[in-house]
Amino acid sequence: MRKNKLTGLSDKVSDILLVVMCTLIMLVVAYPLYYVLIASISDPYDVYAGKTFLFPSQFTLKGYTSVFADQRIFSGYMNSVKYTVVGTIFSVAMVYITAYPLSCRSLPGRKWISLFFIVTMYFGGGLVPTYLVVKETGLLNNMWALFLPGGVAMGNVIIVRNFFENSIPHELMEAAEIDGASHMTVFLRIVVPLSRSIMAVMVVFSMVAYWNDWFTALIYLKGDQAPLPLVLRNILIRSEVSASQSSTISGGYAELNKVTEMIKFASIIVAAAPMLIVYPFVQKYFEQGFMSGAVKG
Amino acid sequence: MSKAKALQVNANRPKGKTLGARVLEHWQLYLLLLIPVVLTIIYKYIPMYGIQIAFRDYKPSRGFTGSQWVGWEWFNRLFTAPTFGRMIRNTVLLSLFSLLWSFPVPIILALAINQLRFKRYKRVVQTVLYAPHFISIMVVCGMIRIFLSPNGGLINLLLGTSIDFLSESSAFRTIYILSGIWQEAGWGTIIYLATLSTVDPGLYEAARIDGASLFQRIRNIDLPALVPMIVLQLIMSAGSLMSVGFEKVMLLQTDLNKATSDVIAVYVYEQGIVNAKYSYSTAVGLFNTVINIVLLIVVNKIAKKAADVSFV
Repeated sequence: MRKNKLTGLSDKVSDILLVVMCTLIMLVVAYPLYYVLIASISDPYDVYAGKTFLFPSQFTLKGYTSVFADQRIFSGYMNSVKYTVVGTIFSVAMVYITAYPLSCRSLPGRKWISLFFIVTMYFGGGLVPTYLVVKETGLLNNMWALFLPGGVAMGNVIIVRNFFENSIPHELMEAAEIDGASHMTVFLRIVVPLSRSIMAVMVVFSMVAYWNDWFTALIYLKGDQAPLPLVLRNILIRSEVSASQSSTISGGYAELNKVTEMIKFASIIVAAAPMLIVYPFVQKYFEQGFMSGAVKG
Repeated sequence: MSKAKALQVNANRPKGKTLGARVLEHWQLYLLLLIPVVLTIIYKYIPMYGIQIAFRDYKPSRGFTGSQWVGWEWFNRLFTAPTFGRMIRNTVLLSLFSLLWSFPVPIILALAINQLRFKRYKRVVQTVLYAPHFISIMVVCGMIRIFLSPNGGLINLLLGTSIDFLSESSAFRTIYILSGIWQEAGWGTIIYLATLSTVDPGLYEAARIDGASLFQRIRNIDLPALVPMIVLQLIMSAGSLMSVGFEKVMLLQTDLNKATSDVIAVYVYEQGIVNAKYSYSTAVGLFNTVINIVLLIVVNKIAKKAADVSFV
C-alpha cells in the first residue's frame, strides 16, 4: 500500500495533471451553456444541422427581439422581477429577525424556540394540507402565497445565527449593553452593519430561490400572475406557440417555426443570465457561510 | 478589565434574577420573533395537524377535524392502486442510483480543487462549477429537452443518431442523474471545501518534506479530515431517499417514459392538486414521509456504528 504509482511523480507533474483535469471538467460544465448562447444568436436551421458546435452561424438577434416582443414572456419577466424583489426583502428580513434572538445566549427558552423552528426542517404537513391552509387563509391568487407559506428559511437562519455567534465580537455587544443600549439598538447598530458579508449571501440565495421558483406559482397563482420560469414551461417543455406570436409573424409556417425555435434558446439565456451575473460577486463568502453553518447545524 | 467594569458586567449577567425578570429584559427579542413564530405556526404546524385528513374523508366545508373518519381506507386504496408497485420501485431506484452516482462526485471534485495552488485559477474553476446551480430547474429541463431532441438535438448530432431519448424509459434515469450531477456537483463541493479549509497547512508542509506525493497527501490528510462530513451528508441524503427531485421528474416525464419516471411525488401532486383528491393525496404523501423518517433513523444508527468503528 505504501508504494503507489504516483509516488515517483514530482509535485510539478501532479500539479499540471490536476490543472489539466480541472480545466477539462470546467469545459464539460460550461459547454452546454456556451452552446445555448451561440445557438441563441444563430440561424436555428444551422443549429439543428450541427453547424454551431463552436461558433455562431448567420448571426442574428431575432431570437432576442422576439423574446422581448412576446407578451407572455414580458409579463412573466416583470412578475418575476416583482416577486424576486419583494420576496428577497421579506425573506432576508425574516431570517435576520429569527437569527438574532436565537443567537443571544441569555435568551430564556432559546433552546425550545430553536427546536420549534428546526422541527419544520425535517417534518412538514406535505403538499395538500399546506395548500389547504394557504387556501383557507385567502392567499390563493395572491403574490404573498409565494412568500408566507415558506415561513422562515431555517437553513439560512442557522447559517446567519452561527455567523452572529462566531464572527461578531462579543465584547462589542457587551460594551454596548453596558452603555445602556437595548437589544434593538445592538441589532440595528452593531449586528446588521457588521454582518454585511453574510447578508449579501442571504440576498443572493433568496434572489435565486424566488427568481427560479415556478412550482409554488403553479399551484397558488393564476395564469397572468405566472413568473418567468412558469411561462417558459409552455415554451420549453410543451413547445407551445402563442397566438400573439403567430399573428404578428409574416412569412408563413416555416418562418413561425424558425422564430419558435429561436425563442427557446434566447429565453433560456434571458432567464438564466441575471443570476449567473450576480452570484460571482458574493462567491468568496459561500464557504464562510457554509462553514459557520456546518460547525453546529 | 478594570474592577468596576467587571462588576458591571457581572451585574448584567442574568444569574440570580428570576425567570420573569429575565424574560422581561428580553422583551424586544421576543417581539422580533413574533412574526416568524406566527408564520411558522400557521403555515408549518397547522398543516402538520392537517395530516389527519389522510384518515378522514376531507370536505372543505367541514375542515380538518370535522370531516368523517375513514381510518386506513386511503392507504388501502394506495396499496391496491395498479401503479403502486411501479411507483415505489421507480422512486427507490431513482433515488438510490442518484445517490450512488452523485454522492462521490463533489467529494472528488473538492479534493482536486483544494489542491490547486494558483489561487486565481482555483477561483475561476469554482465560479464555473457553481454556475449551473443558479439556473432554474425549468431552464435546465428545457435545455435537456433541446439537447435530447431527435431532430438536431446536440446529443444526437454528436452521436450521429436521431434517438428520442425522452421517449425511452430505459434512458430516463441516466438523463436524470447525469443532468443532476452537471447541475449540483459543483455546488456540492462547498461544504467539503469549507471543511478542508480547516486542515492545518503545517500538515501539508510536513508531508511534503517527508516526500509524500500529492496523491498520498490527499489520501492521508484530506480524506480523513472529510470523513465526519461525508458521514453526515450521507445520513442526510438517506433521510430524503424517497423525496426525489420532484420538479425535475415532472418536467422530464413524457407519456412514453412513465415506466421509469412514474414516482410517488408526482402522483401526490396529480391526485392532490390536479384532481383535488385531498385526503387520498395526503395519505400518499404521509406514506412517503414515514418511509423517509424510518430510513433516516436506520441509516443514522448504522452510520453511528460504522463511524465509531472507523474512528477507533
